[in-house]
Amino acid sequence: MIDVLYFAWVRERIGLPKERIDSAAATVADLVAELRAREERYEVAFSDLSALRVAVDQELTDFDAPLAGAREVAFFPPMTGG
Amino acid sequence: MAVRIVVQEPPFDFGAEAEAFAAGRTDLGAVVTFTGVVRDVTGALDGMAIEHYPGMTEKALESIARDAESRWSLGEVLVIHRYGQMAPGDRIMMVATASPHRKDAFEAAEYLMDYLKSRAPFWKKETAGGAQSWVAAKDEDESALKRW
Repeated sequence: MIDVLYFAWVRERIGLPKERIDSAAATVADLVAELRAREERYEVAFSDLSALRVAVDQELTDFDAPLAGAREVAFFPPMTGG
Repeated sequence: MAVRIVVQEPPFDFGAEAEAFAAGRTDLGAVVTFTGVVRDVTGALDGMAIEHYPGMTEKALESIARDAESRWSLGEVLVIHRYGQMAPGDRIMMVATASPHRKDAFEAAEYLMDYLKSRAPFWKKETAGGAQSWVAAKDEDESALKRW
């Protein structure tokens, strides 16, 4: 089981901030493929990965990052702090 | 080095924070503070909401501050960043750096700002004329990191 979190417009498009998913995905990209196959709202949210960033266990990483042992994956648009 | 990271919803007292920062540190001759304010570019901004990623936000800010510490001679670093609803003119965040010399304090403050703009998990949503829109990240914010 892995916690998947969504922020900003990704959260709005998918319609929830967080969900627990039973996934055997080996990488972030595999998890994205699983999510996209679920429902159209996921397909829409993940249609352009260049517009998204990902963090695994609260560390920024890439879409090819492995998920072995990961507890939490978060998807969000480029950050706008400051 | 003392690093203080604060992520909070309510306003902060800039004057009191600036006064207390590095107080009593007679070895630090340079203190730089920067404050980010909600800016109304078009004159139509009603307000701004800032969302963040609790847990990762604090870690990311701490990590950025530690990176700054490894690059410049710093005695104290403070980062305060708000989330939640804000109005035009409200203070969003501040950074403060204290160093023996001004060059380090100025450069470290700029470095902290450049990194926390695009590497700390905050997202801004503006409401203007009743319509809401997410603030898009700027290419120049990403390219600003290349100079470091």
